[in-house]
Amino acid sequence: MAEIAPLLTTADGRPLKAALGAAQARAKRRAFFLVLPLLAFVILTFVIPIGTMLKRSFDHDGFSANAPLVGAWFDANPQSTEPDEAAYAALVADLAQMQKDKTPGIAGTRINYTVPGTISLFKGAARNAAKMEPPFKEALLADDAKWSDPLVWVAMREASNRYTTDFYMVATDLKRSVDGGTERVDEKQRIYRYLFVKTFILSGIITFICLLLAFPVAHLLATLPMAKSNLLMILVLLPFWTSLLVRTTSWIVLLQEQGVANNVMVAMGLIGDDNRWRMIYNQTGTIIVMTHILLPFMILPLYSVMRTIPPSYARAARSLGGTSWTTFRRIYLPQTLPGIAAGSLLVFILAVGYYITPALVGGADGQLISNFIDFHMDKSNWSLAAAIAALLLGAVLILYWLYDRLIGIDRLKFG
Amino acid sequence: MKRILILSTALTAVSFAAQAEVTVMSWGGGYTTSQVEAYHKPFTAATGTPVISVDSDNPAPAVKAMVEAGNVTVDVADVEYADAIRLCDDGMLEPIDAASLPAGADGTPAVDDFLPGALTECAVSTIVFSTVFAYDTTKFPEGPTAIADFFDLAKFPGKRGMRKGAKANLEMALMADGVPAAEVYAMLETPEGQDRAFAKLDTIKSEVVWWEAGAQPPQLLADGEVAMTTAYNGRIFGAAVSEGKPFATVWDGQVYEYDLFVIPKGAPNKDAALEFVKFATSTQALADQAKWISYGPARKSSAPLVGLFNDGKTEMAPYMPTAAANLTNALPSSYEFWVDRDAELNERFNAWLASN
Repeated sequence: MAEIAPLLTTADGRPLKAALGAAQARAKRRAFFLVLPLLAFVILTFVIPIGTMLKRSFDHDGFSANAPLVGAWFDANPQSTEPDEAAYAALVADLAQMQKDKTPGIAGTRINYTVPGTISLFKGAARNAAKMEPPFKEALLADDAKWSDPLVWVAMREASNRYTTDFYMVATDLKRSVDGGTERVDEKQRIYRYLFVKTFILSGIITFICLLLAFPVAHLLATLPMAKSNLLMILVLLPFWTSLLVRTTSWIVLLQEQGVANNVMVAMGLIGDDNRWRMIYNQTGTIIVMTHILLPFMILPLYSVMRTIPPSYARAARSLGGTSWTTFRRIYLPQTLPGIAAGSLLVFILAVGYYITPALVGGADGQLISNFIDFHMDKSNWSLAAAIAALLLGAVLILYWLYDRLIGIDRLKFG
Repeated sequence: MKRILILSTALTAVSFAAQAEVTVMSWGGGYTTSQVEAYHKPFTAATGTPVISVDSDNPAPAVKAMVEAGNVTVDVADVEYADAIRLCDDGMLEPIDAASLPAGADGTPAVDDFLPGALTECAVSTIVFSTVFAYDTTKFPEGPTAIADFFDLAKFPGKRGMRKGAKANLEMALMADGVPAAEVYAMLETPEGQDRAFAKLDTIKSEVVWWEAGAQPPQLLADGEVAMTTAYNGRIFGAAVSEGKPFATVWDGQVYEYDLFVIPKGAPNKDAALEFVKFATSTQALADQAKWISYGPARKSSAPLVGLFNDGKTEMAPYMPTAAANLTNALPSSYEFWVDRDAELNERFNAWLASN
């Protein structure tokens, strides 16, 4: 028969469980206060800014806030309704109000994101809207025949809701067709899908070259006696500590057509003076310089993993009759995998978002997707920049997830 | 630092509210120097009103932020054309009545004295800067003379430098293809015109080195990386005259733009600011500025008064985008066109660049 255990209490008679809970809660609170500064820092400088930026990719009220009447007409009439006199009357009234509020430029800019040539359309019509008389359709078309363009109406319908997928469509080379469906943009305008693919391919190439170059170096560093390996380590770290801009511009000096590398080759008679190699301001330049700049991010994780591999394993394999190739393939290489994985992931993710180096040495065909994010920030189309950035972030997260499934994130070793 | 400067300026402005003064925000460097010498000092000497100069990488976003926050500490700002229009459209600027500006030295009313398009509802142009093309005289002693020569690889072999962007390049391509300057924008509105411009660019694409920052083209020329390059005229002038580089400028087919003064809505010393803008954009002040930088005055009546560079021997007039001889085949950049087409044409330009 089970005995009911006497209730455990503390010295002052409180139940032990409650006292323990209270003490733990206090400790938890204290721990929470300790991380509070970091939490506040992360929220203020990371979560909020990035969140508001990403919000812009689907939230733009430039048109919806300034054209309430047209918005109401769109709500009352389904897609594919031919704009009637009521629609034009609502539009003219909105335009007149915009002129009073000085907002036709803002509304026009929003429509211009998907249908080029509409900022001046809005401004011009808004200037005359107050003087227009019914029938408004004729009055507006007399101002500019482009108002009858069904694409303008499709764009306005989409923009009359502040939440939109327009920017994601532009970022994937899509546009709205006359019937409200989607279609690919004109071939001459397609760019973003190509750039996404190219960014990932180039990053892959750079990661692979980094790995090829870093592996022997890291191995050498890990196996040399400490005094020598420290000296070599400084050679790896010095460029790592040098300003990125300095390193990039040094490469320009080295690789440009009148630069050191070409001059040496011409002097040695390897290439003709009028046949100099073009190694910078193109894709080749981007690959060379980014490989150099990202190399330490591959060497350091590799080195830290190789350092921990006891040399006796390889010796044991050799003594058991393994050739040097078998020993490397079956004993050494598998043990370095966590380092390879960490280095590759680090270099690849850094390369995918790299901006300054391609901007400086990429010329025409060596630009990556991040250069276009910057381009649209400059051109104050922040929403499109945010949409491209969100897609890039999504793609990287998917890769990270795949990586976790295939290799396992817990096998990662940075040192 | 900048914020402290602005803050202290604001505090000063509050504490000495009785005594008006004008705070001018501009781009810094040699350009601000030219404004201080030609506008600020003479204005203070003439009116007793002190002028405080504040630098910014680009005054337009600063003005926007100040007006939105309702804490305007700047009385006058120097902005680009597109920004002047946009800020004005958004109701962030005080309108400036063009008729209230002083007449030219020869008595021409301001509205006629300023170059076409130089006056807008809220902004008054000060200078004209231009995208031109320049070449290395040691490579081409005979020298190219027309915009068509820039696209002529047979006659003038060698690499070309061009700005990475659609603006100015498409216009120059059409002019080189024989389109008169007056018809360029009408043609670029049409798909055929755009195709024609890109086809012309195609003819030299393989030889082009693309630049982005204004400081790059003189460097590319000096390094021998390109034989010719498009550039902002002031940069080539600086390299050629101040540094003695063998560069020559070809003005045929130049595309010029304005820089403008605006008064933010809610400027603390609005009246003094308006006086300053009137003074600074007068015939003499604009002419004086050319002593310090080779950007052309936005008034026709200033051109004859342009004198020597501050080295005391270089005649400035021939280096101005607005000199009569340089305007024979020149195109004023169209704000209206680019504000509508910028996104579309740059997207096409980028796609064109990325394809091989």
